[in-house]
Amino acid sequence: MDLSFTPEQIAFREEVRAWIREAMPPQIRDKAAADAHFEHDEIMAWHRILHAKGWVAPHWPAEWGGAGLDVTRRFILTEELELAGAPALSPFGLMMVGPLILQFGTDAQRKRFLPKILAGEEVWCQGYSEPNAGSDLASLKLSAEPDGKGNYVLNGQKTWTTYAQYADWIFVLARTDKTAKKQSGISFFLVDMKTPGVTARPTLTIAGTPAFCDTFFENVTVPAENLVGPLHGGWTLAKALLGHERTYIAAVGLSTRTLRRVKRIAAGTKERGVPLLDVPAWRARIARMEIELWALKMANYRAIASAELGHAPGPESSILKIRGSEIMQQMYELAMDVMGHDSLSWHNEPGTVPAIEDAVPPQFNYARAASIYGGSNEIQKNVIAKAILGLPS
Amino acid sequence: MNFDLTPDQKLLESTAASFVKKESPVSRFRALREDPVGWSKSLWKTMAELGWIGLAFPESAGGLGGSFVDVAILLEQFGAGLLPEPYVPSVLAAGTAILRAGSAEQHEAYLAPLIAGDTSLALAWAERGGRYDPTWVETTATKKGDEYVLQGEKIFVQNGHAADVIVVSARTAGTPGDTDGISLFVLPRDTEGLRITPVNTMDGHKAAMITLAGAVVPGANRLGPEGAAAPVLDEIMDLGAAAACAEGLGVMRASLAMTVDYLKTREQFGVKIGTFQALQHRAVDMFIRAELAKGTSILASVKVSDPDPAERRFAVSAAKVELAICGRYVSQQSIQLHGGIGITDEHDIGLYFKRMHVLNALFGDEEHHLARFAAQPAF
Repeated sequence: MDLSFTPEQIAFREEVRAWIREAMPPQIRDKAAADAHFEHDEIMAWHRILHAKGWVAPHWPAEWGGAGLDVTRRFILTEELELAGAPALSPFGLMMVGPLILQFGTDAQRKRFLPKILAGEEVWCQGYSEPNAGSDLASLKLSAEPDGKGNYVLNGQKTWTTYAQYADWIFVLARTDKTAKKQSGISFFLVDMKTPGVTARPTLTIAGTPAFCDTFFENVTVPAENLVGPLHGGWTLAKALLGHERTYIAAVGLSTRTLRRVKRIAAGTKERGVPLLDVPAWRARIARMEIELWALKMANYRAIASAELGHAPGPESSILKIRGSEIMQQMYELAMDVMGHDSLSWHNEPGTVPAIEDAVPPQFNYARAASIYGGSNEIQKNVIAKAILGLPS
Repeated sequence: MNFDLTPDQKLLESTAASFVKKESPVSRFRALREDPVGWSKSLWKTMAELGWIGLAFPESAGGLGGSFVDVAILLEQFGAGLLPEPYVPSVLAAGTAILRAGSAEQHEAYLAPLIAGDTSLALAWAERGGRYDPTWVETTATKKGDEYVLQGEKIFVQNGHAADVIVVSARTAGTPGDTDGISLFVLPRDTEGLRITPVNTMDGHKAAMITLAGAVVPGANRLGPEGAAAPVLDEIMDLGAAAACAEGLGVMRASLAMTVDYLKTREQFGVKIGTFQALQHRAVDMFIRAELAKGTSILASVKVSDPDPAERRFAVSAAKVELAICGRYVSQQSIQLHGGIGITDEHDIGLYFKRMHVLNALFGDEEHHLARFAAQPAF
């Protein structure tokens, strides 16, 4: 039983920390210090800086431009980036389609797509959900039919296609066999957003920012070479990401940073002249939140240590997504409660005095997405009930 | 980081698990609830022969020099089977008091027979006005020549009803709440003026209410320098809390297993109730809570031996709070999912529910440890 990081791992943490201090441009640094919202071009600028350092894809194999870091170093890198308040990179290329192309794609597909994902030259979005296919993803209807000339023609609609308005490419699950059992007739395609017939229409989220889109496909021609994996085999790809080691998913770095924010706000917010951090009830509530975060961290550390030893993801890793999202939400909720009247502020409305942490209200709203995306927490629980507890169907 | 047990620890774990299964199924504890002692001296002796008591003591004191992680492995198994033998009060509480504060002669006199499994001990520290603060000592020890005269009351002394020797905290100077001025004394149970009233506790274990009515104790029975026992008691509170976390893991694991098993077998509306999503999700929430408590319990079992008391307190208090949150949830829901049968005394699940409450209360409850956690420099 050893809970400590090795001297080499500690040195790596220091190296990452020092590099971030050095490499972060002033504009990003200022926004990070204020935990402000990052615009798309700022996120991509940071993407390119990480790419130049070789750290943009920590979990990719080194031969494809990955950082060649082991599990623990990957975790440390992610945690330090989150702790520094660095812009969160778009996950769709780096974390989702990239690893799928690596695992299931042809060599030609790897050569065509992976370098541009790494370099940030092509931005990706995800086309999974549809208006009538959310948690029941396999009931999706976007159709892909052969045109007899070696292409597929796509018709239908995808929804919650986050940041599709900035994307160059979208990966979609489409129905290629309407007669097969619903999971068996799905294929995985890569679609150029510039193809005629593709339209992305942004939707305002409750955070007041246009993160989601509806993406429409009207007679969109996709060459057969953009099919990844076997025809009708798309469901295997959709499920594959769940089997990957996902020790980063709990976002403990981000929640640790939010906890520091909570303490900062509580120290600067007074009630009858007393900082909230010194009011016993508030102090106890913050302490409880910190302890719950510690419990999540320990589950995360157990998952990392287990992955480091080459074990398959164990029971502790299955809870990281659920608890990671819950803690993130509760942390923002606590920040809002500590802010009191300042939590009513909204995108610096004219006439209001800027709150000390005016980015918290939108983040508090958007955090509700964390327990929905990537398979809602209820779907995660269905999986745990059957796969781990062995409960009957 | 490495959370895997060593081959020796794995062996210890499997030995303890099969020992509990074979020698101490829950039915044994159930029967012992009616017994005035509530645990078995012969099983205690067997546990000593297996080296489990010696495990907690350094070789210099006649022990085997195990780590607290080793002890925690045992306690988790004890918790899973509700084994009632007084390991925590004898070994970790009173044993540590004698180990830390006592002389080599006192080690020989009190720890040697304990390690051999011939005696059991108790530590009388809790007082009614102090809740979980071991420095709130109203009991006084007044020096008279070479002797001390002890006056006061101690409540819910774990294993106080059966212990051969009771270690008592008493104030030789200062006022309740002072860290200075607390001393520890060793009292054989037949000491005149030491009144032991056995009581049943809500979980089916036994304890004692103790009155010190002018009990006369020779100066040689004082452990360590006069008035300097507070740091020893502080460490014992953490050992006890970390022990509760480890035992609680076993309680939670068994509660979850029984509940999942019940969901797989019980039928209503013509189907296994485990097919209902509401109940599946509840079971998953129990599972999540048990996993979370496992992580913090491991944290406590490693950090409880940290040389820096602030580090130790921070980790142990975090774990004890998490135990309270998780243990309460798991044990409450385990009864809920059993339905009416869970409320009956004949079903074992209620025994686990009760033990969980006692573990939450012993060595500091959630509020106590929340406040303590928030008072540490690292907060």
